[in-house]
Amino acid sequence: MSTLVPTAVVTGGSRGIGRSIAETLGKAGFQVFLTYVSKPQEAEAVAASIVAAGGKAKAFALQVGDSAAVSAFFQDHIKDQVQLSVLVNNAGITKDGFLIRMKDEDYAAVIDINLKGAFYCLREAAKIMSKQRTGSIVNITSVVGQMGNAGQANYCSAKAGLIGLTKSAAKELASRNVTVNAVAPGFIETDMTTALPEAVREEYLSHIPLKRFGACKDIANAVAFLASENATYITGQVLAVNGGMYC
Amino acid sequence: MSVEARVKKIIMDQLGVSEDAVKSDASFVEDLGADSLDLTELIMAMEEEFGVEIEDEQAQKILKVCDAVNFIESSAK
Repeated sequence: MSTLVPTAVVTGGSRGIGRSIAETLGKAGFQVFLTYVSKPQEAEAVAASIVAAGGKAKAFALQVGDSAAVSAFFQDHIKDQVQLSVLVNNAGITKDGFLIRMKDEDYAAVIDINLKGAFYCLREAAKIMSKQRTGSIVNITSVVGQMGNAGQANYCSAKAGLIGLTKSAAKELASRNVTVNAVAPGFIETDMTTALPEAVREEYLSHIPLKRFGACKDIANAVAFLASENATYITGQVLAVNGGMYC
Repeated sequence: MSVEARVKKIIMDQLGVSEDAVKSDASFVEDLGADSLDLTELIMAMEEEFGVEIEDEQAQKILKVCDAVNFIESSAK
């Protein structure tokens, strides 16, 4: 085992928070396997930036909502080939809309990727990490999974579901020295939030005690902490990184 | 390798026990120190090794080394 390279898998690692997590874990010394869906150039650019910073990284196309594809990915690239030190379930999509007009497929698509996708990856990682008797899993949930958000019934359902998944997996895997935690970002400065109308931004800011949006790096630092040797006694927790909102 | 030898090897690998300990009438939990997660891993390892599917109902009856060997031998027929 000791000859295998300690590796962190980051799903949805090509953009936004996932990109920052991938780069931060790369700097922390892990080989980073980041997954993407649609934009290989972006994912390859992240991998290249990690390599340029002296780390190791590879990008893989993976639909996390596809159970068979997830199994194949872990079988082909992870099992017996690397030491699976960290899994970060970050991949996610939104399909916002008021629930009275929300289509079945828009509800299902968000659950399939954000919640079932995390489950599929976690299940595969759990098999490997249990055998290793070490590993940490971090699920990226959201402040809206804790407090709800108008127009995001599907997304909030999935993010709240991730918290239950985190706590159950933590209890199941504790005897194998595998920790499972969640990080719940608040409003983070990303393409999504910068595109919001000024009035909406002001409304969000009025609820944040620190009076500013978070940065992707704030989330990445929290993930890196939970994935590190400094956090081995922390499991089943939801670490809110949200500027002081209490949920 | 016989079915019995293959099953015993899986048990040794999964539970980290010696060959001497894996007696035919040894109980996984009481004699070999397995917990419930170990039992699940053991069942999955046998499924993989022998290409069989072991339903939960059947798995719950596999409590001793001989139960596992008997199950695999009978399902192979």
